[in-house]
Amino acid sequence: SSSSGDEALRDKRARILSRGLPKQKPIEGVKQVVVVASGKGGVGKSTTAVNIALALAANDSAKEVGLLDADIYGPSIPKMMNLKGNPELTPKNLMRPLKNYGIACMSMGFLIEETAPVVWRGLMVMSAVEKLLRQVDWGQLDYLVIDMPPGTGDVQLSVSQNIPIAGAVIVSTPQDVALLDAHKGAEMFRKVHVPVLGLVQNMSVFQCPKCKHKTHIFGADGVRDLAKTLGLDILGDVPLHINIRETCDSGQPVVISQPQSDAAKAYLKIAMEILRRLPVPPA
Amino acid sequence: TLAERANLAGVRHILLVLSGKGGVGKSTLSTELALALQHAGKRVGILDVDLCGPSIPRMLRVQDSAVHQCDSGWVPVLAGQDKAIALMSIGFLLERPDDAVVWRGPKKNALIKQFVTDVAWGDLDFLIVDTPPGTSDEHISTVEALRPHQLLGAILITTPQ
Repeated sequence: SSSSGDEALRDKRARILSRGLPKQKPIEGVKQVVVVASGKGGVGKSTTAVNIALALAANDSAKEVGLLDADIYGPSIPKMMNLKGNPELTPKNLMRPLKNYGIACMSMGFLIEETAPVVWRGLMVMSAVEKLLRQVDWGQLDYLVIDMPPGTGDVQLSVSQNIPIAGAVIVSTPQDVALLDAHKGAEMFRKVHVPVLGLVQNMSVFQCPKCKHKTHIFGADGVRDLAKTLGLDILGDVPLHINIRETCDSGQPVVISQPQSDAAKAYLKIAMEILRRLPVPPA
Repeated sequence: TLAERANLAGVRHILLVLSGKGGVGKSTLSTELALALQHAGKRVGILDVDLCGPSIPRMLRVQDSAVHQCDSGWVPVLAGQDKAIALMSIGFLLERPDDAVVWRGPKKNALIKQFVTDVAWGDLDFLIVDTPPGTSDEHISTVEALRPHQLLGAILITTPQ
């Protein structure tokens, strides 16, 4: 029939087109990779990624967690994890991740001056991402959390084409223009066959420290509506709280510096929801 | 080349809006600045080179508009209350506004070059160029494409964080 003929043609085309693509290969020693992405900039990917990594570790001290900062242009992880310095090289010429709070971290920020811009075209970025993924001595990790840059381009494609990803977490604020980009982010993961675990509604509400009045600065419930449209779950809701920003700016993320706070509890809940949705890890 | 210069020949000032960091308000500022300049009697255009996250069409409520061709190239969409702000964005070229643009650098480069040379901007006092976060393909391509016009100035936006 013509439809099976069409299907055969599509399969053949897909096979030919995929010949030039990199083969997906797991990172040695890393059991499961969770990426934190958004599409939109400035919605809290790095803040969320850092606190999720710490929450995963806090939830089960027997688990080893790593954190990879794939934001080549604006690496925030070094500052948020209070880490500085050039990584050492192992005898096998791999970079040793820098560790703080029990989390093994790697970032472009460790390889360049703090204020040096990285003004690179896609091809060089691909090569840098490859290095950050494979030329690092991660050791044995149960989870590697990858903080993605904003957008839906080279870095996202390179990461998802290079390594198998257990799941993606999409962060958004309730604002319309952020949701538009989050939708594109979700669509992008669908295109590259990465399962989306769910959405995180960030900066959902602001409570005045004086009078306790609540204001939905970026709108209310926008992320819930998007989740419904996309058929995704909301993994959690994080309020816009000065503590979260201050603790990250000072390199002491709220999950470890104020573990009893509402903010920390929100991140711990998100980590639990992630764990519930991840497939059973390989032995 | 002559053809490349033609479409920007009537533009007096080109203004880049940059930040490095995402989510600090580039698109918002670009839009408000364009409206403020128009209010002051200037002829204004906005070029939205954020290919992955084009926000300007939605901000000016023209996200459902389509782009037409004329002899000199693409006709920018007219937006704003008086339909006087000339706007070009990838948002108008997508089949659905939610469609994701998942492109590598060279493809982005090609489209940005087209946005610069193939859009019939006409006579403008200001062309505001809204960029995505980062310092990558879009930024390099935009500056390279605009360089022959020697009309560049840039505004940097940040939040206090």
